[in-house]
Amino acid sequence: MRVGLFVTCLADLMRPSIGLATLKLLEQSGCEVVVPAAQTCCGQPGYNSGDRAGAQALARKVISEFDDCDYVVVPSGSCGGMIKTHYADLLSEFSDVKVKAEWLAARTWELTGFLVNVIGMKDVDANFNGTVTYHDSCAGLRELGVKQQPRELLSKIDGLTIKEMDGAEQCCGFGGTFAIKYGDISSRLADLKCDDVEKAEADALVLGDLGCMLNIEGRLRRRGDKHTKVLHIAEVLTGMSGRETE
Amino acid sequence: MHATSTQFKKVASQKLADPKLQATLANAKGRFVVARSDAVHDIDNFEEMREAAAQLRDHCLDNLDVYLEEWERKATAAGAIVHWAESAEQMNQLILDIARDNEVRKVIKSKSMLGEETGLNEYLENGGLEVRETDLGEYIVQQAKEHPSHIIAPATHKSKEDIAKLFAEKHDRPQLEDITELTHEAREILRPHFLDADMGISGANFLVAETGSTMIVTNEGNGRMTTTMPRVHVAITGIEKCIPTLEDLSLMLRVLTRSATGQPISNYLSVTTGPKRDGDTDGPEQFHVILVDVGRTRVLGSNLREALRCIRCGSCMNHCPVYQNVGGHAYGWVYPGPIGSVLTPAYVGVDKAIDLPNAATLCNQCGVACPVKIPLPDLMRKLREKQTELGLKSVWERAGLRTWTWVATRPVLYGLLTKVAVRFGKLAGGKDRLLHWLPFAGKEWTSERDLPAPSGKTFREIYAARARRDGEANVR
Repeated sequence: MRVGLFVTCLADLMRPSIGLATLKLLEQSGCEVVVPAAQTCCGQPGYNSGDRAGAQALARKVISEFDDCDYVVVPSGSCGGMIKTHYADLLSEFSDVKVKAEWLAARTWELTGFLVNVIGMKDVDANFNGTVTYHDSCAGLRELGVKQQPRELLSKIDGLTIKEMDGAEQCCGFGGTFAIKYGDISSRLADLKCDDVEKAEADALVLGDLGCMLNIEGRLRRRGDKHTKVLHIAEVLTGMSGRETE
Repeated sequence: MHATSTQFKKVASQKLADPKLQATLANAKGRFVVARSDAVHDIDNFEEMREAAAQLRDHCLDNLDVYLEEWERKATAAGAIVHWAESAEQMNQLILDIARDNEVRKVIKSKSMLGEETGLNEYLENGGLEVRETDLGEYIVQQAKEHPSHIIAPATHKSKEDIAKLFAEKHDRPQLEDITELTHEAREILRPHFLDADMGISGANFLVAETGSTMIVTNEGNGRMTTTMPRVHVAITGIEKCIPTLEDLSLMLRVLTRSATGQPISNYLSVTTGPKRDGDTDGPEQFHVILVDVGRTRVLGSNLREALRCIRCGSCMNHCPVYQNVGGHAYGWVYPGPIGSVLTPAYVGVDKAIDLPNAATLCNQCGVACPVKIPLPDLMRKLREKQTELGLKSVWERAGLRTWTWVATRPVLYGLLTKVAVRFGKLAGGKDRLLHWLPFAGKEWTSERDLPAPSGKTFREIYAARARRDGEANVR
């Protein structure tokens, strides 16, 4: 099966290891992976900031880039949710493109949902010695229903124990441009999330969205926590953890 | 009520930095959330009821003219005097006229957010009437000369100590400590007002078309007394509150009280149909109902229509991470939290509340907790688009987004610029690979957070190099 990988601009720029780990997981699963070289951004920043025209231009670009894929996999609930639950609305004025948007939405999956619900992944080829706690990112959870899938995959890893934290489903305060428009509110929400992370006393915080990762890790480090690792689920599932990977 | 929503950003920052308020908010946080969650899980079909309630509300809005006319016919037949008011001024004046016609001096009120919208208390007081709020929370904020910070828990921003001090001062009695004692004192003070008030003003949670009734839910019993004890009762309500039948009312109540306070049913449910009849032992001699527009029909015809499904339970604010931390007053008008971020611009003006639809992470904790499934994040996004259309977005934001789109639709340029940017980013991250300071809007990020630095290469260039090396055909 031909699977398109949409890396997301944030992972492309800030943490390419997430893209590489996703690629590895898809290849391990026997997918023929296609990575459109011209891919950039899904258009969510514009869409959520009221710049509909700009978002439409980027959505059209994504739609054409993945035209010939059986599935499109995104290592982000946020960008995955954008394509799957918002593209049709974003392009509702253009009936021809809207049809294509709906078709793309039907084929698009967030990474862990794809691995569990489409691939039916049995074994995970990774080790992790320690405890992790999982943060449910808002769009993954509430737009795509991603909840059990990452936990199911993590539980297959030798040596890994999941310790649930309080408020795992509470927003971390990132919210895209919200984080740089209302910095103090955003930081406060991140701080409360850090309280829950620290109370869970896990070795690592694992999540499926880079926006939340940057926000929570950024606040953890500013608070002086240098030891709690903050990892993307794809990194944990491949053992390609952290920013060293290239 | 005069809106101060343009001050949101400044006021929210002050609220975050107010340790006393933060302690009070932290104490309240989660209480309603847990109560709702328990109440919802006590029954096995709450999601189906939400869906049915949402559909019912849409049906009501689609046929509002039909149901309002039916309601008016039935209410009039039952002896109610029905008035229609298009503006806040009209509603206030109608009530003042009714009061003057009946030589009213003292008015008692049970809670009405519509009354807050129209600034009713102030209007009546300026007209020479004495106005007493009788809902405990409303009574507290009235005594403190403040406004409600929550639609069902108006004084939730005040601590027990604040209230004890306020009561001691206003009631001229020794300061109490115990909540029960405080409540008893308020009851003792309020009771004589119930007995000698000439007019009672209530809101309405719903209008029931088939019976011509108004309906309120309360927990304190003050609503029952307000609607039955004074000789004149005036109910004020937004026109969107009309539902077809009593059967429909039972559905709405089941989702309303569970979503609001986590109660399977409120302590009091008062269904009022007409005034006192011959042979009735109590009830008002006159029963007036004012059906109020104040912006509703405008919203009905707009792309924010779904906001009119709202049944004022407060669940969206209880579940909102922003509301939980800045409290209700930061929003600057009657309705705080997510529904306020839609209704304030809709009723007061998009340009009068620029921050509100933007001051949300779009996490949708509100949307999934809404008993009538109002897609609050989608409505806030529509308002953001409206701001762009009206040229209300800041020049910097517009320029930033335009530049991003311009670059991101030009993959070669994007590739070059990002390559350079991530190398600088890595360099700036230094040994601990954290950016501690960013310029411009980035300051908002780094004032209380670091930014993990990029790793120095983009995924696209790593992948392209790998593909060249492996000679893979899959790169396009």
